[in-house]
Amino acid sequence: MKLLHRFNGGIHPPQHKTESTRLPILSAPIPEKLVIPLHQHIGTSAKPLVAAGDAVLKGQMIGKAEGYVSSSVHAPTSGKITAIGYEPAPHPSGLRDLCITLEPDGLDAWIERHPLDYLNMDPSSLRNRLRDAGVVGLGGAVFPSFIKLNPGSGKKIKTLVLNGAECEPYITCDDMLMRERADEIIAGAKIMRFMLHAEEVLIGIEDNKPEAIAAMRAALKEAPFEVIPVPTIYPGGGAKQLIRVLTGIEVPAGERSTDLGVQCFNVATALSVYRAIAHGEPVLSRIVTITGAVNKPRNYEALIGTPIDVLIRLAAPVKDSDGAIMGGPMMGFELPSTCVPLVKATNCIIVKSATLFPPAPQPMPCIRCGKCAESCPADLQPQELYWFSKAGNFGKAQEYALFDCIECGCCSYVCPSHIPLVQFYRYAKSEIWAQEREKKASDLARIRHELRVDRMEREKREKAERLAQKSAQARTQMNSEEET
Amino acid sequence: MSSPHLTQTNSVSEIMLKVLLALVPAIAANVWFFGPAVLVTLSLASVTALVLETVMLKLRGRPVVPFLMDGSALLTAWLLALSIPPMGPWWLIVTGTAFAIVIAKHLYGGLGSNPFNPAMVGYAVLIISFPVQMTQWLAPASIALSHIDFAAQLDYMFFHVLPQGMQLDALTSATPLDTLKTQLHLDKPISAILSLPIYGEVGGKGGEWVAGAYLAGGLYLLQQRIISWHVPAAFIAAICLTAGAFHLFDPAHHASPWLHLAAGATMIGAFFILTDPVTGPTTPKGKLIFAFGAGFLTYLIRVYGSYPDGAAFAVLLMNICVPLIDAYTQPPVFGKKK
Ligand code: SF4
Ligand code: SF4
Repeated sequence: MKLLHRFNGGIHPPQHKTESTRLPILSAPIPEKLVIPLHQHIGTSAKPLVAAGDAVLKGQMIGKAEGYVSSSVHAPTSGKITAIGYEPAPHPSGLRDLCITLEPDGLDAWIERHPLDYLNMDPSSLRNRLRDAGVVGLGGAVFPSFIKLNPGSGKKIKTLVLNGAECEPYITCDDMLMRERADEIIAGAKIMRFMLHAEEVLIGIEDNKPEAIAAMRAALKEAPFEVIPVPTIYPGGGAKQLIRVLTGIEVPAGERSTDLGVQCFNVATALSVYRAIAHGEPVLSRIVTITGAVNKPRNYEALIGTPIDVLIRLAAPVKDSDGAIMGGPMMGFELPSTCVPLVKATNCIIVKSATLFPPAPQPMPCIRCGKCAESCPADLQPQELYWFSKAGNFGKAQEYALFDCIECGCCSYVCPSHIPLVQFYRYAKSEIWAQEREKKASDLARIRHELRVDRMEREKREKAERLAQKSAQARTQMNSEEET
Repeated sequence: MSSPHLTQTNSVSEIMLKVLLALVPAIAANVWFFGPAVLVTLSLASVTALVLETVMLKLRGRPVVPFLMDGSALLTAWLLALSIPPMGPWWLIVTGTAFAIVIAKHLYGGLGSNPFNPAMVGYAVLIISFPVQMTQWLAPASIALSHIDFAAQLDYMFFHVLPQGMQLDALTSATPLDTLKTQLHLDKPISAILSLPIYGEVGGKGGEWVAGAYLAGGLYLLQQRIISWHVPAAFIAAICLTAGAFHLFDPAHHASPWLHLAAGATMIGAFFILTDPVTGPTTPKGKLIFAFGAGFLTYLIRVYGSYPDGAAFAVLLMNICVPLIDAYTQPPVFGKKK
């Protein structure tokens, strides 16, 4: 039995997980229209490869990774491209994103697939495959996986952590995936271990998922893979918190876990690594939990680009349902509209209703009770951060490690004064970023101005010199003329 | 609305309510040993506090209902009422409460912004301005020289009249700590002093039971996780250590730590006054320093100062240090522990 570590803080909100785990994962039908954003990952948008009117096959690349930190995008089924343009995207701001609209032809005809025999391949070509297959972190962070599978020269990865903790209330997509497709997850973990040369693979699953733990254990045959039940506590599934629990290592803010010999992936990502390498299949769909104020909460396997309102309708929303949250109730965001497509980051849709999510009570002043600090997994002093952020004292807020805040929401959750603390931190962070941008811009302007002044002076000087030279020449000429 | 979309349902009102509830055993013990006058003191202080709180909220343009409901004004009133002699005259109670609510709380910005514990400010103002009235404690019913009924007590509190031929001295006595100090000045040996009728098993007669009731209420608050162990533990430890050291060094002139734990404001201080979150530090280490300092000062002021007890002044002195304590006791951030 492995000795587990703990992190400070954390909370135990009501789980609401059993609602959506009663039924197996169901494949959502192919919708009439798919809207596929080109920016579904951290980094630069993919570059469109198709034009309106093109016919595409299932799995065909329609957006190519652009630059290093980027990932590709594919047609989730066969059909015709009908438009490329800016469409509403699932983003808290409600801004539109460049999307490719695809009208499925119903044939679901695959493009030719090329499985790879990874054991006889060089990790760098495997990475290229993952990049071209659009494999990104499916836990919600959507960071391109091939980058995280490149430890860099001279760095040694001791531990590969697979994250099946799934600590946020309501979300059960990883739970169901582990129950139903443990073999493929383990197969993906093997490929990842091969690519990283990791000594051990620790699979952390919160102990509120006994079925998933049993399924994963049944799929596991050999060391150095180990399934480790971890205590159920939010945010125990945060990468840093899980790494801490499993290995005792604390990864400081702004540092990468690879520097400390650990790399962490979500279980669903492991599965897409396996599909991409062993079957040559890019990421075309994902498992998404549709839950909350619906009559039939469950997990669906849905094509990327499926309109979210279509999925919500499948789950039969209750009468007074109103809006939806993408992600969990702790860190997810309210969708500006449900007429947006499912993307690789959409692990959960919680349909809201006034009974399920009553409006927050009126905030009261901070009474310095310290409950927030007790619950903070980053070991911050949220009440001080609140004080400084509210007062606009951003320097002090930074001194008190504002940027180590992971916005997990534990502090807001426990605050007896119901202060929306995280909102204040977001505000402070964005203000600081804005100030820094402004400073950079004004620095740039100052440098430009100085260069311009320099140049003008130089030009003036040169002009004067030229003039002086000319007149000197003229004089000598005159003199010589006089002499002759 | 941005995340998180969930909040716990507990509230400031709930916390304050539980603290008030935790005071009930001590109030009951008070009534049992010293008679029902304390209930009048409590009611008068409560009404004064609620009225003044409403007026101040109105003046400051704050919503009245949610702030009245938070229960903090009521708690201040109760803590103050329990710190002043039962059967104190009405104006004493009203003046103290007014200082606590108007000056110490609202003029400093209201709930959450006041640097000094309002109840202790009220107490300090009273003991400095009216030392005589503030040291006339009712003697425990079992040893008082004479008794008057409740109606007569009310007559005294509101109209300052006692039944014919009755002297106030016959009803009241100095507190055990006060008695100890004056008797020691008269060079009485400590063993003789402690066998005076006002002393009980460990503290003052009756008073030790009230202290026990505060302890019980405090344990309830600990169990409910409304207070953390740091403050009461450090405060009690400081009193024990300081009193113990003096007692060992000079037992003829210093009572044992037991008396200092069971008498005076030690228990109410440890569990109800120093644990006020608004005026105390927030870091665990800071709480230890704050409460230890307060315990040490309480003992010194109690034994060497000219006031009957030192807790109030110790708390106020330590309140001043809170920003400094907090600033220097910040725990290391995740991943940055050395
Ligand atoms: S939990 Fe809320 S009231 Fe308590 S210290 Fe933190 S911010 Fe203040
Ligand atoms: S949101 Fe930030 S400050 Fe609040 S508990 Fe999480 S990490 Fe701590």
